[in-house]
Amino acid sequence: MTDPAQPSAVPPSALVPEPRPDPLRCREVVELVTDYLEGALAPEDAVRLEAHFAQCDPCVRYVEQVRQTIRAAGVVETEAVPPDVLDRLLVAYRELRGG
Amino acid sequence: MNDTPTGADPAPAPGAGPDDAAFLAALRAGDERAFTRLVERYHGSLLRIVLAHVRDREVAEEVVQETWIAVLKGLDRFEGRSSLGTWIFRIATYRARTRGQRERRTIPLSALAPGPDEPSVEPGRFRGAGDPSAGGWAVPPADWGPDASQRLLARETQQVIAAALGELPDAQRTVMTLRDISGWSSDEVCEALDISPGNQRVLLHRARSRVRGALERYFDQSAGA
Repeated sequence: MTDPAQPSAVPPSALVPEPRPDPLRCREVVELVTDYLEGALAPEDAVRLEAHFAQCDPCVRYVEQVRQTIRAAGVVETEAVPPDVLDRLLVAYRELRGG
Repeated sequence: MNDTPTGADPAPAPGAGPDDAAFLAALRAGDERAFTRLVERYHGSLLRIVLAHVRDREVAEEVVQETWIAVLKGLDRFEGRSSLGTWIFRIATYRARTRGQRERRTIPLSALAPGPDEPSVEPGRFRGAGDPSAGGWAVPPADWGPDASQRLLARETQQVIAAALGELPDAQRTVMTLRDISGWSSDEVCEALDISPGNQRVLLHRARSRVRGALERYFDQSAGA
């Protein structure tokens, strides 16, 4: 059996493993950020995304801003339990569980 | 302030979660401190869950209180197969749905569906089709500065975030609040709201994108001021 495509016959620059999908564009990257942060991307998409980050500082900054947004939202004060509600619940608790 | 009279240290250390066996035992034994902590931890999230099913705020508050009573009554039957929180939210979701149906005020399930596509970033921020770098940033995000993490914690910034959350569509706000403020896992959110993981991510994505956008506008304005 002969192999018509002997590796030695092609210049090194053409030795790319597989035809690659189109690189991601920034407009697509911003739509993938949550799937990326959630670990929900298919492995090949995660690779494409990281390849994009490797050469796109604005997108790296964008993801960092999303991360910062998440962290900052995490300290937003949540609604406190209204005291009268808590009091009523404690009364019920005493009746139902208390000694 | 709120010390228990028994002095027998019935409440677990503040670090111990409500899923702790000791916490559950304290709760069953009538420890008011434990119960107060449970209510403080979950009440706001319960209200948000119920408001995803019932429109009326007063009705929602009633449902939350009914949920707490049901929790108290059912505490002995709780077998710990799920976490205590998940169990409580399941009760709330069930009651909210029943109540919503009875009042004919149920938010249709479609209200929790993501709805039509919306771009995370204004399309005008990217280069157009004729451009050799089409789809690349035309107006990239500006640097929030070296002190960004401090500025994000400032009270005014926190108000910007709260306002942005308030303007989100209900489903987005519910998901982002539960995930990023209440710290729920995606599984917990999916179960409580009865939505698929994919929808959960879409809602979370849109919510976070909008809140980031609000922060960006705020920082841009204060930079230009």
